[in-house]
Amino acid sequence: MLKLLKKLTTFEWIMIAISVVLIILQVWLDLKMPDYMSNITVLVQTPDSEISEILINGGYMLLCALGSLVFSIIVGYLAATISASLARILRKSLFNKVENMSMDDIKKFKTSSLITRTTNDVTQVQMFISLGLQLLIKAPITAIWAVSKILNKNWEWSLLTGVAVLILLFTIGVLIIVVMPKFKKVQLLIDNMNGVMRENLTGIRVVRAFNAEKYQENKFAEVNNSLTKLQLFNQKTFGILSPVMYLIMYCLTLGIYMVGARLIDAANMGEKIALFGEMVVFSSYAMQVIMSFLMLAMIFMLLPRAEVSAGRINEILDVKIKIKDGKVKMGKSGVQGKVEFKNVNFKYPNAEEYVLKNISFVANAGETVAFIGLTGSGKSTLINLVPRFYDVTEGEVLVNDVNVKDYEQESLHNLIGYVPQKAVIFKGTIKSNVAYGEDGKGKKSEGKIKEAIKVAQAKDFVLKMPKKYDTQISQGGTNISGGQKQRLSIARAIARDPEIYIFDDTFSALDFKTDAKLRKELKEYTKNATTLIVAQRIGTIMHADKIIVLENGKCVGMGSHKELLENCEVYKQIALSQLSEGELQ
Amino acid sequence: MNGRPEMSANNDKAKNFKITMIRLIKELRGYRTLVIFSIILAVLGSVLSIIAPNKLSDLTNEIQSGLQINNTNLELLNNHIKEQTEPETLYQKLNDIINVRVSSKTINLINNSNEISQTEKEEFNNLINDRTNLENIKSLSNNILNLILYDSEYKNQLITKEDKIEFLNNLENINNYPNSIKNIIFEPITIDEVIINSNDLVTYLTALQSISDSNELIIKLSSMPKSISNVLSSDMNWEQIKLICIYLFGLYIFSATFTYLESISMTDVANKFARRLRQNISIKINKLPLKFFDKHRIGDTLSRVTNDIDMIAQSLNNSLATLVSSLTLFIGTIIMMFVTNYLMALTAIISSLIGFALMFLVLKKSQKYFVLRQVEIGNLNAHIEEIYSSINVVKAYNGQKEANYKFEQLNKKVYDCNRKGQFLSGIMMPIMHFIGNFGYVAVCIVGALLTSNGSISFGVIVAFIMYVRLFTSPLSQIAQAMTSIQSTAAASERVFEFLDEEEMDDESHIVKKLSKNEAKGKIEFKNITFKYDGNEKPTIYNFSATALPGQKIAIVGPTGAGKTTMVNLLMKFYDITDGDILIDGVSTKEITRENVHDLFTMVLQDTWIFNGTIKENIVFNKKNVKQKDIEKVCKKVGIDHLIKTMPKGYDTIITDDDSVSAGERQLITIARGMIDNAPFLILDEATSNVDTRTEELVQEAMDKLTENKTSFIIAHRLSTIKNADLILVIKDGNIIEQGTHNELLEKKGFYFELYNAQFEK
Repeated sequence: MLKLLKKLTTFEWIMIAISVVLIILQVWLDLKMPDYMSNITVLVQTPDSEISEILINGGYMLLCALGSLVFSIIVGYLAATISASLARILRKSLFNKVENMSMDDIKKFKTSSLITRTTNDVTQVQMFISLGLQLLIKAPITAIWAVSKILNKNWEWSLLTGVAVLILLFTIGVLIIVVMPKFKKVQLLIDNMNGVMRENLTGIRVVRAFNAEKYQENKFAEVNNSLTKLQLFNQKTFGILSPVMYLIMYCLTLGIYMVGARLIDAANMGEKIALFGEMVVFSSYAMQVIMSFLMLAMIFMLLPRAEVSAGRINEILDVKIKIKDGKVKMGKSGVQGKVEFKNVNFKYPNAEEYVLKNISFVANAGETVAFIGLTGSGKSTLINLVPRFYDVTEGEVLVNDVNVKDYEQESLHNLIGYVPQKAVIFKGTIKSNVAYGEDGKGKKSEGKIKEAIKVAQAKDFVLKMPKKYDTQISQGGTNISGGQKQRLSIARAIARDPEIYIFDDTFSALDFKTDAKLRKELKEYTKNATTLIVAQRIGTIMHADKIIVLENGKCVGMGSHKELLENCEVYKQIALSQLSEGELQ
Repeated sequence: MNGRPEMSANNDKAKNFKITMIRLIKELRGYRTLVIFSIILAVLGSVLSIIAPNKLSDLTNEIQSGLQINNTNLELLNNHIKEQTEPETLYQKLNDIINVRVSSKTINLINNSNEISQTEKEEFNNLINDRTNLENIKSLSNNILNLILYDSEYKNQLITKEDKIEFLNNLENINNYPNSIKNIIFEPITIDEVIINSNDLVTYLTALQSISDSNELIIKLSSMPKSISNVLSSDMNWEQIKLICIYLFGLYIFSATFTYLESISMTDVANKFARRLRQNISIKINKLPLKFFDKHRIGDTLSRVTNDIDMIAQSLNNSLATLVSSLTLFIGTIIMMFVTNYLMALTAIISSLIGFALMFLVLKKSQKYFVLRQVEIGNLNAHIEEIYSSINVVKAYNGQKEANYKFEQLNKKVYDCNRKGQFLSGIMMPIMHFIGNFGYVAVCIVGALLTSNGSISFGVIVAFIMYVRLFTSPLSQIAQAMTSIQSTAAASERVFEFLDEEEMDDESHIVKKLSKNEAKGKIEFKNITFKYDGNEKPTIYNFSATALPGQKIAIVGPTGAGKTTMVNLLMKFYDITDGDILIDGVSTKEITRENVHDLFTMVLQDTWIFNGTIKENIVFNKKNVKQKDIEKVCKKVGIDHLIKTMPKGYDTIITDDDSVSAGERQLITIARGMIDNAPFLILDEATSNVDTRTEELVQEAMDKLTENKTSFIIAHRLSTIKNADLILVIKDGNIIEQGTHNELLEKKGFYFELYNAQFEK
């Protein structure tokens, strides 16, 4: 948590300092009030007191109250600003960090977790800071000040207050020890319950097909029951706190009065009135002491949750950016669209096994190079080394005869048209999706966009949409089908006119017919561009210039379809599982 | 997907507040006793809260009475002194005391004495003429006094001549009176069993002369004789104080107990009610037609089970009791105030209300920002989600600048709303605090004014100081409870809406049953027409076909062509619009859905695995399955070996994430289907995402599964398609062609195109 506070700028620290000063003033006023209050009480209770005196005291007291109000409003404003500001800074740093993280770090944390860290966890920290900032400063100041005010007044009263505080802290302590661990368990049980409900909903067809409705209901009843049981225990136990707290507070007042009565009785007449006044003031200070300890206890109850969130945020912020920008803006002059792998080895950080072992090949301008192999054979990883989503462990990846590590990332990406396996669609229009990003060539023309859509076989369905090219697409592209999404994301690559196309298993989402037609038109359109394709279907790649067969990260075959059928056993197996011998020819 | 729709959903208002609340109360009927119990406790608790401050002020009064002059005794004492020093009595007494005895002999003696001056003699003679005039005696010289005064007795008290002379000489100074005289003039008095002797009375009287008001008396009291200060300083009534303390302590204990009992009984109600609602939703899910789930997102239903029901439980747990006790406190205080004094009551109420008007203004404004914040946070989250999940494309397309720009804008908006909302909600407490203090001062001032008029007593002010405190605290609680009740109504409405959704037709009247073991396996489609709700055109129109026992029917078509529609109709998930499906000659309309499901085994492509052991996932809801059978099936499917290599074998817990590969999941669901062993089969073949070797395994398993069964296969493999007895070609949701592989190729229609596409260059 403290580490996160370091993110605050000088401006916020100045605001915090101002808040501290204001809070001290506020506490001073708050503690001043009981004096006036007791004055008023005494005045009201003495028969011959002057109204003007009550007015004066009342006026002072209202002034104190008003001052305290004004200060706390300012402090509230500052605290809200500081916490919102911190949240903003944290979100920004997290967002920038994630953007620049390497893919394996993103995979390690999982996208969903990164999202919750940037959103929910930041909110948690913010809530704590906005509340904690006020309480954390105010509570100790009030406690110390109030204690110092009452400490030398009377040891009997002080002792009584001390005992009350101890009982209070003891109660809270016991509750924290007993209930806190169970509170953590609640989340687990809620997740469990949600899990059962979710599986019931996602598998509704299966559940019904197997007539398993009762089975699921019973399963849900079980998690539902255990959640309810735990909640009941927690809430009933925690329910003790409030009555006990009030009981302590009331009994403390009662105790102070009782002791006070004894003291007053024993004192001689002259001191009695002074003692009475002290008693009234003392009891209100004692309340302040109790309240401030209560506030502190509250902070300690809120702290763990915020601490967890802070830890999760720090985990991200502590990640070191592995991929550092180079300086080169252009490849060797005269070379275009050339991709070369030189003895590339790759393993994930901390992993034992290499994902890619000694891969070397050259893809020249205009060539199509395809990669095929079983899941986990490393073909996706290989292709992801070109846009530098990862850095090679050993060896070199060269684009236009320049090592990708030496490129300025932006310039490198300008050369590449990358289409992932899972189509990515942004919220916006069809046009904005196709024109997405920057390619160093300025804004894309309308004509270019339309042409790209046509080549990607998306024109037909786009024209059928209500507003054609300007049709809004919702986030995640929920209003268009998977195949349509994939075609749009291919159009996006085409619109960049890149030197190198990378298709990471892009075509499996398309049916055979569209797949074939798209590749045919693309080939005509791109002529000079180099194409790297990862595929599952033999049909998609059998006409490539060069096919590289991967098994367990090793290249076990390289050549044309025909060559490989003859001399690569792995390739042959894959091919035969999909097509019959006759069809393969 | 888009941020957290469920969070923003909690902020809206119920469409029909009244009806929903009535419904909620009805639903709570089962918990009536406990609810009423806790409401009574809440009321009692509040009543105690009203009583307690009064008692505490009684205690203060008792203690304070210890600070004051005991007025009764003061009066007694002063009266006594006054009585004694009444001029007539005093004269009478003095005369009796002095007892001047002047015989003629004495007169002569004086008149003839040379030692006595002429003036003195004259005065003496005056005295003779008016013996009762004390002034006259006083002015006499000691020489004469010596002659005319004698020892005498007054009320059994001997007064010597010397005393008398001393007395007459010091007439102005009471303190110097001889004791014998003092005793007679200031008769000792016994007050509260304390005897105050004449000396003490005299000291008191002397001190009294230099005192102007009661406060000074209190201060001087300590320097007075013990008897006086004892009598005048009033004792605290210890008996009374003890009684009040015990009473108060009991009150506090009771109050705490009531609060606790109330809180745990409401906790009980809230949680059990929540459990029931959740269970009802779980049961309801299984009664809803599938078309409901096609229209509603899973997240929506989930949010009702968790967030909405949580909201209801929470507000039942806190708000209801708070509302009741606050209202009781509120109304009780108002009544008490008006009964005590209406002017003061108005002062207290008006001064608080001014503050509350201010507070509601702030509350309303902050509410606005909170709603706005939810929206802005939703937008920001959506953007973050979009960028994070597309990070590879963002990077590759240099979209970072654009993403950052948009992020900054959204971030700033959230920051603004956050700041304002938090600020406004944060100042509620200080404002509340101020209102309390303001009310306090207002009551004190108006009270003091009224007292000077003499229209109220001081006790009233003290009482009102308490009432103002009691009055301001429940108002804000009521305001809070009201907002939470608003959200509860909205949440309840959503839950009830779900529970009221139209259910599937009741089938309890159906008695006909097709036994699983006796089914032959023939299915006829007779002129089937099917239209999805809301669609204009029917998806399937006048379709007829027959599947004979043991036949394989392949369903082919591009992705998203509507192949699942066939599954939906076969499984009776949807009701057909027109026509009939006959199983062994029996219309599916004549048998229950449960019966239909019983006859079919279904294995879908999007494998469904739930949290649990592998064994549980395979056995699912089937009863009495032996370990032997499970292993047999798994061997057949080819995963027995794989499962046995897992850490806990069949008892390994698997989850719906990446702990098992897609292919393995597929195999497990096939094993589940095999255990089910029904005469009909619906099978969805796996396509991508499975590596080639596992795919082979899966295909082998599927082939085994289809043995001797009438199967409907959503086919992706050419081998399956080619060997099928009947191929149904589906495009855009319609069955456009049907026939065998060869028949369809000859037709040169859509199937022909589809088949050849994969060989095209």
